[in-house]
Amino acid sequence: MSAVLAEAPAWAPVSEGVWRAAWRRLRGDRVGMVCLAVVAAFFAMILLSALGALASGWQREVGVPNAPPTFVGPRAAEATGAIDSPKGPNADLSDVDPLAPRYKEWDERAAQFRTVEFAKLQTLPLGADRLGRDVLAKAIKGTEISVFVGVMAALVATLIGTLFGAFAGFFGGRAGDLLEWLYNVFTSIPGILLIFAFAAVFGRGIGTVVLILGFTGWTGIYRLVRAEFMKHAVRDYVRAAQAIGASAASRMFRHILPNVSHVLLVQLSILTVGFIKAEVILSYLGLGVPVDQMSWGTMLAEAQSELLLGHWWQLAAATLFMASFVTAFSLLTDALRDALDPKLRGLE
Amino acid sequence: MAAYLIRRLWQMVPTLFGVVLLVFVLFRYFGGDPAEILGGLNATPEQIDAIRRQLGLNEPWWVQLGIFIQQIVSFDWGKSWATNESVAQLFATRLPATLTVMLPILVLETLLAIPFAMYVAHRRGSLTDRVIMVVTTVALSISFLVYIIVGQYVFGFQLGWFPVQGWSDSLWTNLTVYAPLPVLLALLVGLAPQTRLYRSFFLDEIGQDYVRTARAKGLGEQAVMLRHVLRNAMIPILTNIGLLLPGIFVGSFLIEVFFSIPGLGREALLAVNRSDYPVIQALTIYVAVLTMVINLLTDLLYKWVDPRVVLK
Repeated sequence: MSAVLAEAPAWAPVSEGVWRAAWRRLRGDRVGMVCLAVVAAFFAMILLSALGALASGWQREVGVPNAPPTFVGPRAAEATGAIDSPKGPNADLSDVDPLAPRYKEWDERAAQFRTVEFAKLQTLPLGADRLGRDVLAKAIKGTEISVFVGVMAALVATLIGTLFGAFAGFFGGRAGDLLEWLYNVFTSIPGILLIFAFAAVFGRGIGTVVLILGFTGWTGIYRLVRAEFMKHAVRDYVRAAQAIGASAASRMFRHILPNVSHVLLVQLSILTVGFIKAEVILSYLGLGVPVDQMSWGTMLAEAQSELLLGHWWQLAAATLFMASFVTAFSLLTDALRDALDPKLRGLE
Repeated sequence: MAAYLIRRLWQMVPTLFGVVLLVFVLFRYFGGDPAEILGGLNATPEQIDAIRRQLGLNEPWWVQLGIFIQQIVSFDWGKSWATNESVAQLFATRLPATLTVMLPILVLETLLAIPFAMYVAHRRGSLTDRVIMVVTTVALSISFLVYIIVGQYVFGFQLGWFPVQGWSDSLWTNLTVYAPLPVLLALLVGLAPQTRLYRSFFLDEIGQDYVRTARAKGLGEQAVMLRHVLRNAMIPILTNIGLLLPGIFVGSFLIEVFFSIPGLGREALLAVNRSDYPVIQALTIYVAVLTMVINLLTDLLYKWVDPRVVLK
């Protein structure tokens, strides 16, 4: 008898978890799956680049300055100096030249310091910049920094927004009013001015950009999480948890949070796209990533003057990498939202 | 109505105080020492001390906050640290240029996005709809920077249709010669997201019962869309325009930087790069006030657009 009870009855419907159901819906979405593959490939590339396996030599000047991409072909040789260098043996002056005895010694000394000359490449897969650095390697390195900044800033904003939203929604009252006031303050200043003000006092650097974007971008997610927590705080399962003595922290983060985590995931990816675009603009303006590091924004800043000379490949490479990542990521976000929150399907 | 207005204005006080406090704390505790910025690299300790006394930096924090609030209320921010121009003068001379570019952008964008969105929403699910959605998704993923760089190069430099950059003292010359290219580029970029957003507003309305009723009683599609759907969709559209309005004062700083337009946005960026605190602080606080006032005006507009709305 007990053995029969221990086993689940065969006819009982097995309820699917929210994540499993979402995965099933996502798998049915062809566009979503293609985008997932593209984004996964990008992240694999970023991981390899961060570990140094890829594009680690992006600062080496491997090509001739502004070498064109391989598919364009090498630049036509330009006519150089008009005077031919003299041919034939030099006249032997060693008997009158007072320095002649020491030439051999100097040559040997100089040889010790001679740098290795290697042939600079005439073309590179995606061309070279003004210093002869490989644009492909720069674009890979730029992807690493830009995506890193976007994801980290989105994590910071989500963390702040979730904590504040959870407190405001769960406790309400004075704490809620205080946070609501903070929200009003932050939203009454236009975003770009807020970013400028933070940038004016915090200075430059990758960490700074992450913090600036995170500190200024938490308001949207705060509002959503607050609404979700208000809704869930009075539900039966939370009251049941309270009845068996679960603490407020446990109810907030062990019971409610997993139930709203799908909202967080979607918001996180929406924020990431926004922050990547913001980082590109900030870096272009010189408020973001320092010059010794590469991001899509610093590439675009260099590309602007190169374009005037007809060297379009750096601009094209940065745009291509950014457009393909951001398009795939946004479409994946849409697919995720559809999969996690089927009620919203087709709204936008 | 009067009671509503008074209450709303009263509610702005704590928010405004918060903005002032945020700016004060940010620059007082996280920013560099103003005396050192003002004194420059060669300042002696005595000079720095003199500047500190002059700015009241040796006073306790509540006295400094008092000075700060006094500056805000009296509209007297003194002079820009970088150019010694008075801050009020700076704003008065930079604002017209910003508005000359931003107002045409906002007006044209709204006037174009509404019919586009209505058309796309009306043909929901058709090939046109899907093509437009895909194109806007891809177009949106390219940075605004790229559009400006390429647009300036192609239209200004290669084709020579517009001057690459510049500005004059005459409003007419500015509007007809220097503003068209920046406006055009901003429209190219802004129209896609705007159309997408308005499309979703129109779709919400098209799904409503009153649309089915209107169609059932035999109204033409044109009457349904223009007389019924458009009017109802105006409420979220107005909200969105209200959200966009404060932005026109800072302008699209990117456009101003690229086209050397002497506007507020470029000034804000210059101020950040020069650590010119008075300019950034004043700009942040006044634009925040403007934002709150515009939000209030938007709410009043609802009442005008939709008589069912009760202001309470």
